[in-house]
Amino acid sequence: MTVGSQVKQTLSSLKSAQATMKIYAVQTRNKETADAFDKAAAITGEIIKDLEERLQTLELQEPQYKGN
Amino acid sequence: MQSWLNVLLRSVALFFIVALMVRLIGKKHPSRMPPVYYISYIVIAIIASMISLDIVENTVFGFIALGVWFGLLFILDYLALKSKWMSELVNGKETILVKQGKIMEENLIRVRMTGEELLRGLRSKNVFNLADVEFAIMETTGDLNVMLKSDKKPVTPHDLEWKVAPQAEPQTVILDGNILDEPLANLGLNREWLEEQLEHSGVSLDNVFVGQVDSSGDLYLDLFNDAVQLPQPKVKELLFANLQKCQADIAKYALETNDKTARKMYMSNAKKLESLNKELEPYLMR
Repeated sequence: MTVGSQVKQTLSSLKSAQATMKIYAVQTRNKETADAFDKAAAITGEIIKDLEERLQTLELQEPQYKGN
Repeated sequence: MQSWLNVLLRSVALFFIVALMVRLIGKKHPSRMPPVYYISYIVIAIIASMISLDIVENTVFGFIALGVWFGLLFILDYLALKSKWMSELVNGKETILVKQGKIMEENLIRVRMTGEELLRGLRSKNVFNLADVEFAIMETTGDLNVMLKSDKKPVTPHDLEWKVAPQAEPQTVILDGNILDEPLANLGLNREWLEEQLEHSGVSLDNVFVGQVDSSGDLYLDLFNDAVQLPQPKVKELLFANLQKCQADIAKYALETNDKTARKMYMSNAKKLESLNKELEPYLMR
């Protein structure tokens, strides 16, 4: 597996984690818990953004694996 | 009037009168009541049964007696609510039996309790060792309540300096295969959501005996058919494990890459995820 596809895998699991956090932020009845999940989702969003940028560079470096 | 009819009518009428009286006096449990109340209850019961069986020669007198006992009890109850002095007079005062780990023998005698009885009372509170007791008090109802020495108390998350997620009470949304709309509405959810969840777990509504939604919004189901193994909600544990895996992965990329800026980026993100994990742990795992 190339680095690009590995990063992609991590990226997708981070995205799914972020989605789960958002669900919990909405469906929990406690304000404090909701805030914690909201904040966590925001931080995860930052990490996702960084990784996506890195992925673009990786895809430039390994064009033959692009889209895998 | 025939005597059997007389007794029947009296009994029915008195039943409702006494039921109303008990409701008016309150919800205190008889065994948790101070003796005054207990005795009044018994007297009211006896008078009522005597009137209902027509043993009292003059029914009016019977009702007067009933009214007085009930009225006094009611007034006493009200006064005890309003005045501390009155409440102490009616209810009595609690008695300290053990203070700073030492038994107060005079107080024991005052409440007519032997050492054996005190030990029995402590045992019924799961305290077998007198050395563990810091403080014990006999309530006005005769209950014994015990405070343990601070190093013998059960451990709480606070003692362990654990942060735990605040939890509200779970709401029962399915009972006996029927959807309960009110608790669902309290949660801000609707039937569609519940049906979707049920479909997700692959069970039909008729098969569900109890369904409860916890404070984080996860649905727990108990089925009529116990042979069916239902996956329990493990979303939070999964999420936590997933985040940990991501963190490990990103840390690995940081080690693998030769690009300096990329390494820095990976490192800082791995750190971010690590602190995120720490922050979320109480909400996801505890």
